Amino acid sequence: MQLLQIDFESHRRGRVVGIDLGTTNSLVAYMDGLRPKVIPAPEGGVIVPSVVSYNESGEFVVGERAREELIRRPERTVYSVKRLMGRGLEDVREELTLFPFHIAEGSESVLRLQLGERTFTPPEISAQILRQLKRNAEAYLGEPVEQAVITVPAYFNDAQRQATKDAGRIAGLEVLRLVNEPTAAALAYGLDKRRDGIVAVYDFGGGTFDISILKLHEGIFEVLATNGDTHLGGDDIDNLLLRIALEDVASEWGVDLSADSEAVQRLRRRVVAAKEQLSYARKTVIDFEYRGRRYQRELTRELLEKLILPIVDRTLACSRDCLRDAQLAPEKIDEVVLVGGSTRIPLVRSAVERLFRRRPHTELNPEEVVALGAAVQAGILAGHVEDSLLLDVTPLSLGIETMGGVVSKLIHRNSTIPASATEVFTTAVDGQTNVLIHVVQGERELARDCRSLARFELKGLEPLPAGMARIEVRFLIDANGILNVTARDLRTGKQQEVEVKPSYGLTEEQVERMIQESYERAEEDLRERQLREARLEADRILQALEKAKPHEAYFELSEEERARIEAAENELVVAYHGGDHLLIRAKIEQLNQATLRLAEMMMTTAVRQAIEGDKS
Amino acid sequence: MSHFRQTVECWQCGHPAEHSLFCRYCDSLQRPTADYFRFFGLEPRLKIDAANLEKRFYELSRLLHPDRYLRKSPTEQQYSLEATAILNDAYRVLRNPVARAEYVLRQAGVESLEPRARTLDPALLAEVFELNEALEEFRGGDRSVRPALEQARERFLAQRGEIDAGLESLFERYDESRAPNVLAEIRKLLDRRKYVQNLIEQLDRELATESTDAATSD
Ligand SMILES: [Zn+2]
Repeated sequence: MQLLQIDFESHRRGRVVGIDLGTTNSLVAYMDGLRPKVIPAPEGGVIVPSVVSYNESGEFVVGERAREELIRRPERTVYSVKRLMGRGLEDVREELTLFPFHIAEGSESVLRLQLGERTFTPPEISAQILRQLKRNAEAYLGEPVEQAVITVPAYFNDAQRQATKDAGRIAGLEVLRLVNEPTAAALAYGLDKRRDGIVAVYDFGGGTFDISILKLHEGIFEVLATNGDTHLGGDDIDNLLLRIALEDVASEWGVDLSADSEAVQRLRRRVVAAKEQLSYARKTVIDFEYRGRRYQRELTRELLEKLILPIVDRTLACSRDCLRDAQLAPEKIDEVVLVGGSTRIPLVRSAVERLFRRRPHTELNPEEVVALGAAVQAGILAGHVEDSLLLDVTPLSLGIETMGGVVSKLIHRNSTIPASATEVFTTAVDGQTNVLIHVVQGERELARDCRSLARFELKGLEPLPAGMARIEVRFLIDANGILNVTARDLRTGKQQEVEVKPSYGLTEEQVERMIQESYERAEEDLRERQLREARLEADRILQALEKAKPHEAYFELSEEERARIEAAENELVVAYHGGDHLLIRAKIEQLNQATLRLAEMMMTTAVRQAIEGDKS
Repeated sequence: MSHFRQTVECWQCGHPAEHSLFCRYCDSLQRPTADYFRFFGLEPRLKIDAANLEKRFYELSRLLHPDRYLRKSPTEQQYSLEATAILNDAYRVLRNPVARAEYVLRQAGVESLEPRARTLDPALLAEVFELNEALEEFRGGDRSVRPALEQARERFLAQRGEIDAGLESLFERYDESRAPNVLAEIRKLLDRRKYVQNLIEQLDRELATESTDAATSD
């Protein structure tokens, strides 16, 4: 038993990082002793823009470099992919009109983005961002990183959570836990500032809005209620301003640019910059130049606030619902914590202050706090943070479709997770051997108004008269907020086979295939890189040789020596144009050997010249 | 191994486990019990000390939560998940007096009566009839009935208060006597409460659709 224990301990000992996989920006953090710390990217800064570009040579470019590609290769570049995670075509049809990339054919249950000649699902694109963060962490920590805690919006449904987990697996990360973003923020905040009390976290990010109310008590972070909208964020403000600007430009120039991806992306940048400036300035100018024409439009903070008021109002409505579900009056909230880039907007801050009747906390960097919290949770899971524990809730009620399309709720929203419910099913006709259970998420009465989650099929039932079979089905929402279903035949006590057909998202086989592909790709990538590096070194030595040839030392060599150098040089050039990095390395070494004496002689000459130079 | 006694054995070391959460011999987490009261180590009583329940909930969460078992064996991970699910389900039920009573009744086999057979006193039925008429008018756009609806809501809230007080004393009587006829009385009162509660919720919904929210700046 001891051995077994030790075995598991050692297996799980590797570093666990915390990842904030955001709509606009992503970050990775780790526990530096007992304090969470964000990990910088090699090119500086800690923020990796959540942008992925797939170029013509079949390589992915991620982050800041991909953001540049948004202008150059808009139709091959994806941003805000988080908004597409776990979604169906119908959910996103409207906003797809503003995205520069295209949706491939056959995207009914899983969206497929057409980037050049290939198609990718949102989890595969997200996996590229995760892979970049993994690389950054490995480079910084100097060790492999294979396990992670990833944050998701609290209001993410089952399919969106599953898609995030899939992305982690495709990126080669074992996702130990999905943590809700506001809860992660509370964890970072609570550890830093406050141990006990009621805390509201208002998280208004790039693509999603969450509000969570927590009770902090001696290291326990108990979520009392959560509410939100997974399609409400800074992106919506940007899209609104972009639409208005496009109309404005159209009426001024007499040209509709909305079908011109490059123009749209350029204008989008100007609009976003203007929005950001108005967080500090009272007025600014949207300044847009394109193909020799110029559009300028003054934008005041006052006008911006008038435009975005309906969006801010929606966040307040969610917040009031959350207070009601937590059965708390606003004055019972001890602290309000702001998270997410959109909380920099002055109107948002004043609206939150008015609702909760207190000044919100802003001293923690709203862009980093979620990643820091994820790192703390990683520390808890790794056993490094002893006394803290998160008790989170499920944001949406879980139910099954019954007769007439009516939903029977099994697990109510705001139930602490893990949570479970059991239900006994039987057959409706004689000899029936399978039962189909349609599981939905949402608060509405009818199944068609809720979110279809999956269809679970109980298969291979013993043929019996109608109503005789008794199958107990257990629905369990785990600590990640993901549903697990198991079934047992009450007559025989045997485990009953359950087949899952997710309504949105990838099947297990699809994920497996993508993991496989990504391994193959990773190998391919590695070969590519090794080849590139070998060629770079060959370039260096060949150039050095070119420079050495006119040198007097070269002529002091014997004819044989020069012939050997020339032969090695030719062989290296031939290898250079082949695809074998090992051969290139071998030929580099051969040329190195052949030029050993030449190098020595040149060095001596150089030293001699230097000494003589000193004398004169 | 033993087929003679009804003892449960530790999955890990084989020692008798006696329905406890952890094995006394090897400390490993055991398959959890599904009984809510026993899970909390409580007597099955209808009156519960809420503060004590909360304290126990936090203690058990610290002991059982899956976050604490990530580096343990797959069996313990699975038991931790199941145990925490039961803990959370149990806490949700036991902390709420109505849900708790429903649970005790279900365990005792006292089923809820069909709505049709539910015996409602005629006074309440008359009031509900009136209420439905007023709601019709309200939905039709007649705002003048709003005060009447608000008054009805107040009356139902008061009724719910009376029912809760009645339940409170019945709970005490049951905890002392364990008499099945007390459970039957509780059953009746719970069904009545459910009916009143539905009316309150319906009124809340109807009255809420009217008021509007706005975050307009001052
Ligand atoms: Zn044992």
